[in-house]
Amino acid sequence: MFLSMNWIKDFVDLSGLDELELINRFSLSTAEVENDIQHKGSDISGVVVAEILSVEPHPESKKLHLLKVDAGGDTPTDVVCGAPNVRVGMKTAFAPVGARLGEIEIAPRPLAGYMSHGMCCSERELGISDDHAGIMEITDDVVNGTDIKELYAIDDIIFEVDNKSLTNRPDLWSHYGIAREFSAIARRPLRALPTEDLTAYDALPQVDMKIEDPLCQRYSCLQFENISRLISPVNMRIRLYYCGMRAINFLADMTNYLMLEMGQPMHAFDSRKVGSIRIKRFDHEFDFTTLDGVQRHIDTDTLMICNGDTPVAIAGIMGGLDSQIVEDTHTLTLESATFDAVSIRKSTVRLSHRTDASMRYEKSLDPALTTAAIARFVYLLRQYDSGVQVKSSLTDDYAYHYPEITLSFDKAYVDRYTGIAIDNDTIVDTLSRLGFAVTLSGDDFTVTVPSWRATKDVTIKADIIEEITRIFGYDNFEVHTAAAPLFPTRPEYVKKDEDNIKDILVKKYNLHEVHSYIWNYVDELSDIGIDNVGRIKLQNASNPNIETIRSSMIPTQLCQVRSNLGYAPSFGIFEIGRVVTGMKDGLCIEEKHLAVTLYQKGADVRSLYYRLKEMIEELALELKHLPVAFAPVSPEREYEHPTNLYEIIVDGTSIGRIGILHPSVQKKLDRRAVVVFAELDVDRFAAIDSADIVYDEPSKYPSIEIDLSFLTSRFEPIKKAIDAASCALIRKVEVIDIYEAEDASSIAVRLTFSDNTRTLTRDEVTAVSDSIVDTLEQSGIRLKG
Amino acid sequence: MKEKLEQLREQLAAELSEAVDMQSIENLRVKYLGKKGSVTDLLKGMKDLSNEEKKHFGMLVNQLKSQTAESIARRSSELKELEIKREIELMPAFDLTIPSSAERGSYHPITLVQRECERIFTTMGFNVEDYPEVVTDYECFEAVNVPKDHPARDMQDTYYLENGELLKSQTSAAQNAILRKYGSRLIEDGMPIRAIFPGRCFRNEATDATHENTFFQMEGVMVDRNISISNLIYFMKTMLSEVFQKDIKVRLRPGFFPFVEPGFELDISCLICGGDEGCPSCNHSGWLELCPCGMIHPAVLREGGIDPEEYTGFAFGLGLTRLAMMKYGIKDIRDLNAGSLRVLDQFCEDK
Repeated sequence: MFLSMNWIKDFVDLSGLDELELINRFSLSTAEVENDIQHKGSDISGVVVAEILSVEPHPESKKLHLLKVDAGGDTPTDVVCGAPNVRVGMKTAFAPVGARLGEIEIAPRPLAGYMSHGMCCSERELGISDDHAGIMEITDDVVNGTDIKELYAIDDIIFEVDNKSLTNRPDLWSHYGIAREFSAIARRPLRALPTEDLTAYDALPQVDMKIEDPLCQRYSCLQFENISRLISPVNMRIRLYYCGMRAINFLADMTNYLMLEMGQPMHAFDSRKVGSIRIKRFDHEFDFTTLDGVQRHIDTDTLMICNGDTPVAIAGIMGGLDSQIVEDTHTLTLESATFDAVSIRKSTVRLSHRTDASMRYEKSLDPALTTAAIARFVYLLRQYDSGVQVKSSLTDDYAYHYPEITLSFDKAYVDRYTGIAIDNDTIVDTLSRLGFAVTLSGDDFTVTVPSWRATKDVTIKADIIEEITRIFGYDNFEVHTAAAPLFPTRPEYVKKDEDNIKDILVKKYNLHEVHSYIWNYVDELSDIGIDNVGRIKLQNASNPNIETIRSSMIPTQLCQVRSNLGYAPSFGIFEIGRVVTGMKDGLCIEEKHLAVTLYQKGADVRSLYYRLKEMIEELALELKHLPVAFAPVSPEREYEHPTNLYEIIVDGTSIGRIGILHPSVQKKLDRRAVVVFAELDVDRFAAIDSADIVYDEPSKYPSIEIDLSFLTSRFEPIKKAIDAASCALIRKVEVIDIYEAEDASSIAVRLTFSDNTRTLTRDEVTAVSDSIVDTLEQSGIRLKG
Repeated sequence: MKEKLEQLREQLAAELSEAVDMQSIENLRVKYLGKKGSVTDLLKGMKDLSNEEKKHFGMLVNQLKSQTAESIARRSSELKELEIKREIELMPAFDLTIPSSAERGSYHPITLVQRECERIFTTMGFNVEDYPEVVTDYECFEAVNVPKDHPARDMQDTYYLENGELLKSQTSAAQNAILRKYGSRLIEDGMPIRAIFPGRCFRNEATDATHENTFFQMEGVMVDRNISISNLIYFMKTMLSEVFQKDIKVRLRPGFFPFVEPGFELDISCLICGGDEGCPSCNHSGWLELCPCGMIHPAVLREGGIDPEEYTGFAFGLGLTRLAMMKYGIKDIRDLNAGSLRVLDQFCEDK
């Protein structure tokens, strides 16, 4: 919203104060002011009122004219002008030699062979409107040579307030409301708005009007006739233009001007079309054409202004085409009303049509404003068009009154909340300037909230704290630390494990941590042959492609692998993120997962798989001091290869799965590479208690190593046989060689024997290893060679 | 005998100077001092001499023997030195300008920034909390005083699931749970509530270089008997100076958020120009809008089981995603979730 300092200064005297500094303080005390503060008129100087004395055609040009103008000097000035609307006797804005218009400094210059000693200006050239059809026509009766800035308020400071920072302040959507803030900030009095006394018309008939729906809080209206003025006064048009509105005609400009001044949207109907005003909703849907010519669909929740049963306007949003003021309109009905804010906001969303009026209504306007705005409207109307006649008494249905809010608190409350001492006088002064009625008894305050702040904005004591402190200025706060007793902080165990998992995977295994979205991208997954994307869906995804919440992070990571194919011949990624695996009691089961995916060019899936297995084991060993068991499981998802798919078990708890990418997906992803993956439930993993460190004193006696090589391709039977030997002397079992061949695969293990109390003999050790060899031979696994 | 002795001495000297490796030294030792060595032979030959002569020659031979051993040892250490020297000379000079090819892993930039913030807050006595991404309407809105008809609840701002739950649109969704979790210790033991909760948030909006539907925030709350606006300003200034590793100026402006009263927009002095001059990165204002904060709304405290007449508190929401972008100069917010390793592999551990 754009604001004019001139307009604000109509209501509060800021003379002697630095206006830019006040705007800055407004930004810190009330609402954010955008950086770009405009100094209107600062680039215009020396432009005067001049009268065209003669108009001659230019011999060399069809468009140009040769003028003599009286710019207040002793002799007329010769000017060459291209404007189509020049005529003898017309007064216009004239920039003589030496005047400045923006970048241009006026100097004598030849135009098609004739010297021009100045320039007649359009309103656009003066920056006061976007009208460039011809030169400005000045109808006011003033002496030629008068500086245009003495005549019109061209000089102004315009600043913009971010609309978003006004969402909770319906009172600030107007110059008068903003002026009230300036009055509090500058500690200068706020002037009352001059208005017409409407009781003078009480004897006139009422307008036939009835609120038939609780969504209309108040409806006030008045009828006029005999408005003869068509074009608004220049100063009014300049203000509207500076504040971002286009001048239309006097009546429309007046309603806009009132809205910008007081924040009350108004609408003027042709009285012939609103013989009996009814405010209501319809029980059926229909189409309705608004005054911008657009046909809009009205549903049964949208409040309408009607003439009997004929809709004439969408309440609070826009008037209808049929009821607008037209050329032969004689009598008009002025509406000033308040509607339910939520209803207006929802209607604008459904209609996808937001207007200056609806923006204000959806902030919860003060219903007390409707009649005051009409009184102000009539006052201004009379100023500019003395022939206007009021044809009705003020007709007003004040259906909904907000409750009056009175709050009590004491100085101790303010001190405790602020942490500083603000004296009682300052509190009373601040609140009074903002319109609160304050009584102070000792240190006890009783405050009544003004109607314009009582629609939703100020409801509790803490709101009063904000009023006091923002005007006091947060920059003026003395800051100090809080005194708090000491208590230890305890890191959440999940958090600690998460940090460690990341460190191990990044630092030890060189993996890259990635982030991704919580939904599955259906199209990307379909590209790699994954069609089953999940059952939990968003109601309102803007794009059906993202409406499914993922139940596993692996598909997400496969897509990420795919988008990184050119990155390196081998890489690994991981993420700790969320999935939704199902529903329980109507609520989503959300789990925090760790997903790891490794990619490698070539066909050596075994080593890649073992590397991933090692990572999982390392995580369990490092964080839990526990070994990992793997149990085969059947595939449940289309990307899982049925072979080598295992459940990961730590301390008897299943915490996830490890597997190889299914060939059908692999081929779509990259046929010349292999991919393995694992997914773990981080919460379940974190919940496992870490085993204590059991200290095993190294033996002081020599140990004996025995290497055995068996003809087998699987380690598992060897491990079983060693376990079956159940020999306490075996301190370490290592696989030292794996030989892969068609029919002669072998695995070599090294057994390390030792005892803490004595030196072992070769014989007793051999007896143990022989028994292991025997056990294996019984199941058909022989020693090699 | 005497000549023989001298001859041996000369012979040894000549042979020693020719010996160039440890093996020939060893051979010489055997040749002269071994059981059948020349010097040993001399001693053996003395048995035919008179006692007088024995005494004389014995002394000379023993002298020779020890001299021989000495010169062999000398030569041997000379050779050892030579060998080390040769070894040193043989070592080629390496080219340190050849780049190392060590593969490195990487952390997501959000992890780095989040860890840094967590470190700062834990040193100030804050607990770090975790919270789900799918939450109920109660958690996200009702419990934190967002009225039923607030625009934030609209479909165009919040992602709703088919069962009516939603993807949390703000970390404040965790506030109620945190107040309840620590409330009893506040009331019974006088332990102030101090907690941060970093987490991922979702907004149903179109994405571009500066807008994402998925981003990280970090919420912080502190509640105690006399927490004031003055404390809030002190705390935010101290915390942000730690985060940015320089003395930061902060300023508060009124800002409206349903969960706080009063609510503020907090600006920090521009990190580039310091706030005095104004520069393009602060849009020539000297200030950067950084995070919303405020005094926790009495209704939020009450809903969390804490009496707002007895306790007050502040809360703030720090945009971790924004912080990461500011810190590393990431221009396109979408890079953070796209998973491109060419982007992400640059973020190794940050000190």
